[in-house]
Amino acid sequence: MGYMLEIQNVYKTFNIGTINEKTALDGVDLKLNERDFVTIIGGNGAGKSTTLNAIAGVWPVDKGKIIVNGTDITRLPEHKRADHLGRVFQDPMIGTAATMSIEENMAIAARRGQRRGFRWGITKKERERYKERLKMLELGLEDRLQSKVGLLSGGQRQAITLLMAALKKPKLLLLDEHTAALDPKTAAKVLEISDRIIEENGLTALMVTHNMKDAIAHGNRLIMMHEGRIIYDVSGEEKQALCVADLLAKFEEASGGGFANDRMLLTT
Amino acid sequence: MIMDYLGSLDPTALIRALPGNVAQGLIWGIMAVGVYITFRILDFPDLTVDGSLATGGAVAVMLIQGGMDPALSLLFAFLAGLAAGAVTGFLHTGAGIPGILASILTQISLYSVNLRIMGKSNQSIGIGQTGLVASLRYVTADDRAVFFIKLIAGCLLLVALVYWVFGTEIGSAIRATGCNPKMARAQGINTDFTKVIALMFSNGLVGLCGGIYAQYQGSADVNAGRGAIVIGLAAVIISEVIFGKLCSGKRFSFAYTLSAVFVGAILYYIAYTLVLWLQMPSDYMKLFSAIVVACFLAIPYLKEKYTVKRRMAR
Repeated sequence: MGYMLEIQNVYKTFNIGTINEKTALDGVDLKLNERDFVTIIGGNGAGKSTTLNAIAGVWPVDKGKIIVNGTDITRLPEHKRADHLGRVFQDPMIGTAATMSIEENMAIAARRGQRRGFRWGITKKERERYKERLKMLELGLEDRLQSKVGLLSGGQRQAITLLMAALKKPKLLLLDEHTAALDPKTAAKVLEISDRIIEENGLTALMVTHNMKDAIAHGNRLIMMHEGRIIYDVSGEEKQALCVADLLAKFEEASGGGFANDRMLLTT
Repeated sequence: MIMDYLGSLDPTALIRALPGNVAQGLIWGIMAVGVYITFRILDFPDLTVDGSLATGGAVAVMLIQGGMDPALSLLFAFLAGLAAGAVTGFLHTGAGIPGILASILTQISLYSVNLRIMGKSNQSIGIGQTGLVASLRYVTADDRAVFFIKLIAGCLLLVALVYWVFGTEIGSAIRATGCNPKMARAQGINTDFTKVIALMFSNGLVGLCGGIYAQYQGSADVNAGRGAIVIGLAAVIISEVIFGKLCSGKRFSFAYTLSAVFVGAILYYIAYTLVLWLQMPSDYMKLFSAIVVACFLAIPYLKEKYTVKRRMAR
């Protein structure tokens, strides 16, 4: 026990037996302590998002085990794993239901892991609580509980998705490049909200990012992936002391110098 | 020629047909609400309807022939519809068959099931049958006001029921599934389960409609449901085009939307009668229905395309 997340020797290959066959996870091992906030970086196709999807159960893995807080979830379907997980996606449209109101979206998230029956979908008491939470975002959404989420901007939707992920305290928060689709100013705001939510709720989190500065500035631990494997894992003071140049050097080393062309460079 | 044609048209005939249009519209409106649930809320093109409508009628008529109270027979028509919806739901979620194909498979197999239930292609209710929930006779009877009040009250009750169902936790989960299945799963909703539940509820309503309509007509027919989906869609789309703006953005807007579906169904039957009144051959009626639906479905798309074009030109 003791670990909040344990990934043991996980493999995943897509399109087996076709010309597009690709080994996305090639023996991933990872252990997270409670309240670890880990950032994951790596080039395109390194397996960052794939690792998060493997944990979330978007598809079954080929081999290995995934254990969350002592519970083996490897064989559970996606909706059952959601009991343990909070998720925010790269595409701001995916985290919320556009045709439903802000409060309805939050009410659905508040019932994650509970049986949904024929009780009314939202109570007065909840509404007050959601208002409080929304106020914390400082986006003026607390007066728009009944607004359809589809009317909101991408940044606002990501912020609401973050709140929703933490409404029912998850064992593990999965942030999958959740600021990549936002403009720099909004991205910074959403990252700040992420930090605050993780801190205030004492969450354990995994954050995939393309931005090396963000990866260094946030969290207490950083891992780098390459070709489906974790090639670098650094935490504590050593992580605090990192700079972008160090990470680039690591990439060079791992990819045999071929890394200079990667999109990664664009977002230092 | 034209004068002869115009002279042969009898305006009073239209007025006389009106009560029948309203009754038929209200009854088919029940099915249209079912179509709304799958087509709009669940975002699932469910063609099971064409089969389950006839199943509801067949079940009700056979039970009435066997001596059951007509009102009670509707419960079984509803349950038969539920079962039909469950089959489509299972074919889709359990067997991985694409939604539209799964529903067509159920629809086709229901044709045989319906023949088996009735023993032949058509079965009628005895002329002297009492206690019918709806009947053509009621429309022309002296106390027809009572019948219409009861029918409208029944429809409003149904609107209240559907409103309530989709306001509950499980109803919200169904709405989330239809809007954004990825979000639903990330929030712990079993989207396979919610899809099956919604398909069952929808087809239950369609079966109920089939049972009432069979009583109204005095018979059940194995072909009763042919093209039903198109009528249901027509009612939904007419209501959206005419009342869409009026219904949105208010409290209880969903209840208004559902009520508008009934009005849409009535308008469809008035238009239908109008076309017949203009002495168009009745053979063309299915074509007419399809054209109405195609036009109304195309309107929002073309509108968007046109405005974008204009914006670009500027």
